[in-house]
Amino acid sequence: MNDSAGKTVDLVKAGLHRRHRRERRFRLLGLGAIVIGLSLVGMLFTDIVSKGYTGFFQTGIRLQIDFDPQRLDPEGNRDPAVLSAADYAGLVKQALRTAFPDVKSRRDKRALYRIISSGAALELRAMVLSDPGLIGTSRPVWLTADDDIDMLVKGHVDRTLPETSRRVKDKVIGWLERLEREGAVTTRFNPPFFTHGDSREPEQAGIGGAVMGSLYTILVTFLLSFPLAVATAVYLEEYAPVNRWSDLIEVNINNLAAVPSIVFGLLGLAVFINFFSLPRSAPLVGGLVLTLMTLPTIIIASRAALKSVPPSIREAALGVGASKLQTITHHVLPLAMPGMLTGTIIGMAQALGESAPLLMIGMVAFIVDVPQGVLDPATVLPVQVYLWADSPERAFVERTSAAIMVLLAFLTTMNLLAVILRRRFERRW
Amino acid sequence: MNTITILALLLILMAVAYQVGWRRSLGVAGGRSGVRKLHSLPGYYGLYTALLCGMPALLVLGLWVAFQSSIITDLVVADLPAKLHQLPPEQMGLLINDITNLAQGNITSGEINPEMQRAAEHYRSLQQTATAALAVVVISLAIGGILLGWRLISPRLRARNRVEQIVRWLLIASSLVAILTTLGIVLSVLFESIRFFRIIPVTDFLFGLGWSPQMAIRADQVGSSGAFGVIPLFAGTLLISLIALLVAVPIGLMSAIYLSEYAGSRMRALAKPVLEILAGIPTVVYGFFAALTVAPFIRASGESLGLQVSSESALAAGLVMGIMIIPFVSSLSDDVINAVPQAMRDASYGIGATRSETITRIIIPAALPGIVGGVLLAASRAIGETMIVVMAAGLTANLTANPLESVTTVTVQIVTLLVGDQEFDSPKTLAAFALGLTLFVVTLIMNVIALHVVRKYREQYE
Repeated sequence: MNDSAGKTVDLVKAGLHRRHRRERRFRLLGLGAIVIGLSLVGMLFTDIVSKGYTGFFQTGIRLQIDFDPQRLDPEGNRDPAVLSAADYAGLVKQALRTAFPDVKSRRDKRALYRIISSGAALELRAMVLSDPGLIGTSRPVWLTADDDIDMLVKGHVDRTLPETSRRVKDKVIGWLERLEREGAVTTRFNPPFFTHGDSREPEQAGIGGAVMGSLYTILVTFLLSFPLAVATAVYLEEYAPVNRWSDLIEVNINNLAAVPSIVFGLLGLAVFINFFSLPRSAPLVGGLVLTLMTLPTIIIASRAALKSVPPSIREAALGVGASKLQTITHHVLPLAMPGMLTGTIIGMAQALGESAPLLMIGMVAFIVDVPQGVLDPATVLPVQVYLWADSPERAFVERTSAAIMVLLAFLTTMNLLAVILRRRFERRW
Repeated sequence: MNTITILALLLILMAVAYQVGWRRSLGVAGGRSGVRKLHSLPGYYGLYTALLCGMPALLVLGLWVAFQSSIITDLVVADLPAKLHQLPPEQMGLLINDITNLAQGNITSGEINPEMQRAAEHYRSLQQTATAALAVVVISLAIGGILLGWRLISPRLRARNRVEQIVRWLLIASSLVAILTTLGIVLSVLFESIRFFRIIPVTDFLFGLGWSPQMAIRADQVGSSGAFGVIPLFAGTLLISLIALLVAVPIGLMSAIYLSEYAGSRMRALAKPVLEILAGIPTVVYGFFAALTVAPFIRASGESLGLQVSSESALAAGLVMGIMIIPFVSSLSDDVINAVPQAMRDASYGIGATRSETITRIIIPAALPGIVGGVLLAASRAIGETMIVVMAAGLTANLTANPLESVTTVTVQIVTLLVGDQEFDSPKTLAAFALGLTLFVVTLIMNVIALHVVRKYREQYE
């Protein structure tokens, strides 16, 4: 008896070393999974930030601009119509010719003109229109550089490559180095990135239009989905009898939450655009589609919030004579509201990052103007990211990453808001 | 007067109606002191009047706006000269488009002939009449509602019960939106799919091995025969999803196990939210990461090993999609692992099992149905994912199992077929809806199974 028990202990002890080794291995495997997961998050963010932080800056070139009255306002009566139609591009060219008098051949001149963005003429026009007193003076002005020059200054173009395999030629680099020696090249913060609409020229492209489009779309989504979701949740939690019908609605909502988002895009295309002939690319339609997409999320969160309000509150209200609706609006809803709002913010964050269904309803168009209302053609921030990511110019890579950083900043703010709301108002009964 | 103005006016009228009802109820009760004679509080009389004022008017407004343009178009078409009625449907559509553009002062496609000019005039005048009529109808309905409220209010009117009844119906109507959405999805894709299957037989679509959605404009065109076989698309989708699951399931499952069984509360509080960040990142960001960072990296490392790697390899899209669904797998697994009763763990420790033995022999088998359900949900997410594959996967159908080659997916094809200019009767556009239907059905089946399995599993331990 003693003998056999000793044998079992020995058997166990013999295997113990091996089992503990396996235990350690398993534990390391788990830790490894966590480390891989966390480092993937880190990699993703480092990649985006390292590619994109330069996108908020833009190279400027200082040129001595001669606001020649002959060219701008030959009549001399400062008529705004004349001033806005004047040849500002000519001013830039003139300034470049004066700065580089040794550039003679036609081809070289054309290359020289290209170091300044084609948007520079518009900048000059805005300057003159806001202050006509500039006419007749000559002063140094910082003008936006072309995207190729911008890339060169930011070091994204390898100057050691052979001339034929880079976009900026030796001669241009020579001019630029001369300007750099004169202190006429600088890289500074770029406010137009936040205010301009889209453009084919990376140095003039901005996210202003996309941000406004997103804002309108999310506004429509919020105005529609919040009341609808709260009403549905209240009905299902407080009124609906337990029968097949409410079971059907419930299963239906759970399934809708898992339908691929692109299918909602198909629905929007077939119903809102083809059947009701609403305008394509409009934030209104985008908002409608995103409403249908985010409804299940918000309904599920709102129901959970209503469920967490203890029945004693309802019973007390009913007991002192409140009607069902009074009980709900005066007591249950205010207590469930933080939870519902948290769910809504999470739903809105989901809608803000969504792009696939919006591709279906035409919000991928190239739109330069900043939208002024919910019926204007618009695009949204994630779709702008998609459009820029597809553009071949090197300068759009940093713009795309910068736009992603703005998008992520919005999403982080919204999620933080949801967390704070939950922490501050969540009540444990 | 446009719709927004009418809406604003209506809201003002509703506010007025509330005031009217409130005052009227006090009036019929004989001042503030008579409130006790009223059945309900004065506010309910106000609400009742406001609802009488707003609801019919809003209903009419909504229906009118929804159907105005199609009715006007029909009227204009009916009025066109007889010879234009013989036009084939596509040209008719173009003509109508031109007429509406002309009426709105936009640019038209062709030159403008007097008939179109006349039709545009007609269109414009009809539109003006319709808008004016709408304003008149809506406003008079609203005012009628207020007058009706004024007449109905008496101390015996059960205003509160009526208001609550109406609100209840409004709540029911809102909960119907979810049902209507499903119905709308099914009907809209089914409708277009049926039109598609009239041109292309269902069997060719479901079992065809080639996908090249071009239709000939001329009969003698090169490559004129369109092929609509969905097999290569599903093969590509499955390949990418499989790679994604191979990344996400081990990492997600192992990190869920580690976090729930080994990690201390501080590590749990730190690592869990950080992993969940991955779930909140927009898919377009993953697409950018896949196309501009991962794909070039895989291509370069493949080439240094002497392998032929496509720059739109399935591997890149699959890896990044895997990263995206890690939090999905881990949070679902976390839930089911936590649902396993502590008694089972204690029993296992009690007979001398190590932690890893308890996990692999007791917890995972017990949680398996839940884990399988979670993986199914993750797979359905991967199949329906669009932006990553649109940005990082290929466009041409390729029936292959080699992850280094470029494949295309169902969602990529839906996007490429529908983005840009489209005509609504070509099989090319309709094919996108047939693909959408297949996608919807496949993911629906997976979701129903997964939700059922997860629910059954939860009930087992409750």
